[in-house]
Amino acid sequence: MSDAAADATEAPPAEAADEADDSEHSGPPLEVRNLRKLFGGIVAVDDASFTVEQGSLTGLIGPNGAGKSTTFNCITGALKPDGGTVRFQGEDITGMRPEQVANRGLVRTFQIARALPEMTVVENLMLAPQGQMGEKLWRSVLPAARDSVVTQERELRERVWETLEFFEIDHLAHERAGNLSGGQQKLLEMSRAMMTDPDMLLLDEPMAGVNPTLEDKLLERIHDLREDGYTFLLVEHDMDIIMENCERVIVMHQGSVLADDEPERVRSNEKVIEAYLGEDI
Amino acid sequence: MSETVPGDDSVGDGTSPDDGDGSGGFMGWVQKSDLRIVGVTLASMYVLFTVLVLLEQGLGFDSVNSVVGAWRTLTFLFAAYAVLALALNLHWGYTGMFNIGVAGFMAVGVYTMALLSGTSDPISAGQGYGWGLPLWFGVIMGTVVAGLTGLIAAVPALRLRADYLAIVTLGLSEIIRLLAQSRDVSTWTDETFGFATGGGRGFFLPDRPTEAIWGTDAGQSFVELFTVEIGGDEVTLVRESIIADFSWSLVMIVFLAGIYWLLRRIGYSPFGRVLKAIREDELVAQSLGKDTRWFKIKVFMLGCALMGLGGILWQGSQGTVTPDSFRPIVTFYVFIALIIGGSGSNTGSVVGAILFVGLLFEAPRRVGSIIEAWMNLSSAPNTFHDALGSLASLDVGGFVAYFIDNLGPLQFVILGLVLVVIVQRRPEGMLGHRTEVAAAIDLERGEIDE
Repeated sequence: MSDAAADATEAPPAEAADEADDSEHSGPPLEVRNLRKLFGGIVAVDDASFTVEQGSLTGLIGPNGAGKSTTFNCITGALKPDGGTVRFQGEDITGMRPEQVANRGLVRTFQIARALPEMTVVENLMLAPQGQMGEKLWRSVLPAARDSVVTQERELRERVWETLEFFEIDHLAHERAGNLSGGQQKLLEMSRAMMTDPDMLLLDEPMAGVNPTLEDKLLERIHDLREDGYTFLLVEHDMDIIMENCERVIVMHQGSVLADDEPERVRSNEKVIEAYLGEDI
Repeated sequence: MSETVPGDDSVGDGTSPDDGDGSGGFMGWVQKSDLRIVGVTLASMYVLFTVLVLLEQGLGFDSVNSVVGAWRTLTFLFAAYAVLALALNLHWGYTGMFNIGVAGFMAVGVYTMALLSGTSDPISAGQGYGWGLPLWFGVIMGTVVAGLTGLIAAVPALRLRADYLAIVTLGLSEIIRLLAQSRDVSTWTDETFGFATGGGRGFFLPDRPTEAIWGTDAGQSFVELFTVEIGGDEVTLVRESIIADFSWSLVMIVFLAGIYWLLRRIGYSPFGRVLKAIREDELVAQSLGKDTRWFKIKVFMLGCALMGLGGILWQGSQGTVTPDSFRPIVTFYVFIALIIGGSGSNTGSVVGAILFVGLLFEAPRRVGSIIEAWMNLSSAPNTFHDALGSLASLDVGGFVAYFIDNLGPLQFVILGLVLVVIVQRRPEGMLGHRTEVAAAIDLERGEIDE
């Protein structure tokens, strides 16, 4: 297992998946149809439908309260949608629990970075990989079985350090995650998500509270990974980032999808301009 | 392979290199090894109690028995609290599950053991009696049933938020105690299963297995070693009962070592890593693909089983048991021990148990009897008002006598104060500040290992 997944940064899952999975599923990896979510009487997401193409970097924007984060939470299982369907690589994942979604290769990060503060950076990354033998209690405890756990831990440690280097946070490896700056925690979150060996990443405002230097670094990493075949859906507040980096932009407004197009055409879309109240986009 | 493997080696790592206060000298030497930390803490308690007993009784051959007797109490309670604090640390320190029903799970362990292995003919009417099965079977089943009771509590409660788990466990613990207290339940079990809980009259428990040693010739000749001839008189330095108690405490320490080993293994493993992640942020753990429900259920059951075992080793080894031994205050004590030691650290749990038992639980009583012995106090006033009155008439003795007389209740005040101070000044306890990385290997960048 470890060889195939030896390096999250060098073994693009999507390319490998292309050959294997094409026969089963050739459409876009993520399809959201008529998604609805109510909070009491408030309709947070109202019949939102969109798709994300294989290997794309798609942006999801919208004014405050447009329902972006709620949509994210409904896709990833943190919230149960009240209606509609979410399909990932052809499979209906509507209403699944967060770990079920994650185990299918759809992994998210959070709007406010959620590092595990009392754990070190390496520990954070070691947590993420799927299918760890030592997560079975008996294997971790029984002397005979523990050897295989230790072996796997060594392999994971290799991957962890490579990922830390890739995101350039290896100098922070033994720091408690809670001591990191906001931007560094964002990097940690993304590297941790990478350690799960995902097919697609949902990034919830990865640049929020990140200084410009780190922001460039993060964007660079995202582009690198995209070239390796990963698919990204990016919620972002900062218009410029979305417009400059994404090849497709989904605009949400009051819970619905207002536009779904190339950045240039979104920019000139009357409805979008109106939604942003003439804000310069 | 040059790296150390945490959890496999002897105790000795786990301290982070930036341990500021462990730089040099004796303290530095102590802090290099967890075994030394525990050993030195325990030894200093023995020394303290030697001094306290000698202050009370003066130097003499009679005092030897009292000193060893104090050590006995210390060791017994330390082992008991350490087992429970370790189990609670697994719940609260590692996984963040707020279980305030420790006493209840202890009771399940003790009563299951008693009903299965207890004598089948009660000494007096109305008292509990059991099936008279072998003791080992009762102990194993007591542990298992405590774990299963944990499952019953966990399955509905773990779907709720942490504070609801606390309420459920506290409620369950009181339900268990009240069931054990109930005469009707005792009558019903008597008629239905052929064993009786005994209600408030309690239960005569099976003898400690170590008692058998002292009935043998070899045992007796060992006991006689402690009776020496001094100036023509036969002096018994240490009485048989104390030696017998000590032998049981040794058994408890063996269990303690086993449980410590088990929990340390869990702590330094991918399983333990997920537990920490659940404590830190459950949604993150889930979003990384961990089915946290199973982890929580397994850990809750394991912790409860260990609490049941701890109860058997402690309350189940004292000849009799009544439901009063399982009041919620016991849970509170275990929490204090854990907080003193440092929630999240297994070694801290053990150290916390030693300090709690020594400094907070036993020492105040000892100090009280020293003052009593020295001041030759007259009868204590009956009320606080009278005590204040005697103070007003410049009779300090009356006030002190009242104070000493009420040391029991005052101990609660002291415990509360200590807890407040610790939580404010050093919430991480003695060892909670250490970085104990949850991994089966050292996570330093490995040399290319082939």
